Amino acid sequence: MTHPVLSVRDLRVAFATRRGVLTALDGVSFEINRGEVLGVVGESGAGKSVTGSAVIGLIDPPGRIAGGEIRLAGERIDNLPPEAMRRVRGKRIGMIFQDPLTSLNPLYRVGRQIEETIRTHTDLSGRAARQRAIDLLAEVGIPAPERRIDGFPHEFSGGMRQRVVIALALAAEPELIIADEPTTALDVSVQAQIITLLKRLGRDHGTAVMLITHDMGVIAEAADRVAVMYAGRVAEIGPVAAVVGDPLHPYAKGLMGAIPSLSQETDRLAQIPGAMPRLSAIPPGCAFNPRCPKVFARCTVDRPEPLTVGSHRVACHLYDASGQAAA
Amino acid sequence: MLAFILRRLLQSVGVLLAVGLIAFAMFRFAGDPVNQLVAPDTPYAERLQIRQSLGLDDPVLVQFARYAGNAMRGQFGNSYQFRQPVSTLLAERMPATLELALCATVFALTAGILMGVYSALHRDSVGAKLLQAISLVGVSLPTFLIGILLIFLFSVTLGWLPSYGRGDTVRIGWWTTGFLTVSGWKALVLPSITLGLFQMTLIMRLVRAEMLEVLRTDYIRFARARGLTTRSIHFGHALKNTLVPVITVAGLQLGSIIAFSIITETVFQWPGMGLLFVQAVQNVDVPIMAAYLLLVALIFVTINLVVDLLYTIVDPRLRLSVRRAA
Repeated sequence: MTHPVLSVRDLRVAFATRRGVLTALDGVSFEINRGEVLGVVGESGAGKSVTGSAVIGLIDPPGRIAGGEIRLAGERIDNLPPEAMRRVRGKRIGMIFQDPLTSLNPLYRVGRQIEETIRTHTDLSGRAARQRAIDLLAEVGIPAPERRIDGFPHEFSGGMRQRVVIALALAAEPELIIADEPTTALDVSVQAQIITLLKRLGRDHGTAVMLITHDMGVIAEAADRVAVMYAGRVAEIGPVAAVVGDPLHPYAKGLMGAIPSLSQETDRLAQIPGAMPRLSAIPPGCAFNPRCPKVFARCTVDRPEPLTVGSHRVACHLYDASGQAAA
Repeated sequence: MLAFILRRLLQSVGVLLAVGLIAFAMFRFAGDPVNQLVAPDTPYAERLQIRQSLGLDDPVLVQFARYAGNAMRGQFGNSYQFRQPVSTLLAERMPATLELALCATVFALTAGILMGVYSALHRDSVGAKLLQAISLVGVSLPTFLIGILLIFLFSVTLGWLPSYGRGDTVRIGWWTTGFLTVSGWKALVLPSITLGLFQMTLIMRLVRAEMLEVLRTDYIRFARARGLTTRSIHFGHALKNTLVPVITVAGLQLGSIIAFSIITETVFQWPGMGLLFVQAVQNVDVPIMAAYLLLVALIFVTINLVVDLLYTIVDPRLRLSVRRAA
């Protein structure tokens, strides 16, 4: 039986603070298959980045994984000892951060940083590692890589730096790449190039990609499936066309409805009233209930569990197990 | 790059000229130099003659030009008390001060960086908190008190180390060194610690603060996400970035270590330039004071220049901007 590249089950992440334990992720489950791009969307603070950090094992104290499991190609990785987890990072899971301007060490040539990653995870000799670094730079579309490899990060533009960062994430041919808002800090024209690049690399290498973003345009363009997160939970997950085109969860509907459209002229932009609750004040029942236009009694008491409705999985009491609108 | 160095050199010359003017002015503030040279009952005519032979009648600017010209050739006149050229006196004392300053700097840098890195990496440990507390003491205790405390503990009570002097020295050309004898090394320990302690605590606190800052940056997070070893992240990536600001402070501190070794040299009766200066102040020996002032200025200016050049070696971003500015 083949395992999905990444399988996250009922993941809980908690932060022990002076004011008590805050639950940043509460029962998050999803899978990503080989060559698939899963888009993860949601407002700031919904837990998108924490999910990415949890998967790669980089949650900073006082945060910790408090429950659930993370499996990479079937093996559990959430309980690995630190040294074993370090070897997974970079080698089997690559990560791309939001700001390419600050992701690279300013004092070292980019080639050195790529070679360092390659040599940490493979047996390649110095010369072979350098050749591989040049090949990687060429693959991510950096012109004249044999010359640029000896450049310092500040000698690259933002888009070019993000390409270098992607080359670094790819250095050891990981099975999974976590891209945490990879285009947010870039110009719109460069964004498209980076997204195309990510898609192509995923396809060519069969790499699974977890694409964290709040840009619905990026999701529509790049993702195969989408997970909509709210207050540390997955509200809805499903194929991109279904979730973007026909969202079921009232929050997902609100989110998609808030995308401004060029074809319709409106004076006021659509928005979801209210704000996401703080982690210290998540309401009982469904976390979205104070803002939900269709809230009813059960929402404030019972926490909805994810149900399969058509091609979606949605956590909302409006739907029942038979896939029908229940209320 | 060359233009940058030249420009900095020109600035340095300006600073030295300004300090030279102050040093020159000291001769006048301290009263008529002729009084220092002759017996109180010397007749007026004779004084006038001495005055003329020393060129003290010339306009002030001419005198200053002559003074600066001589200073550039290393001539600072004769000491009033020793009746010897100041340059000879300073050259005799310089090795003692420089060796002491070198040891103090090496001590301050090594111990300061090690302790700083340790307390940044293990910031919640008992050891790190202890170091922080001790460093506060080091920053606030005056140098002479530390010296006296060390003498009391290690020389008087335990009798391990000498309390004054350089021990036995070996002469190599005009340079005398304490590095080649056991007693020379022993004599260096207490003064070096005394002189370097303040800088050490300063560097430690600076390294700790900078390192904590660097460990929070994205590129360290990214380095961790790349699966690099903790060792290479801490010592390859974080430490080098930490050292950029540390170099400036350490460089300037080296200047003050040499310049302000006066107190340590006095406490330990260390036969260096600082002690010479203190004696000169007590005896209103203006030529020595003026020459010392110029020498300290020269040291500071040189160190500043070296630090600027070091920057460009450590940080490639500056290399670019320097090239652009040139």
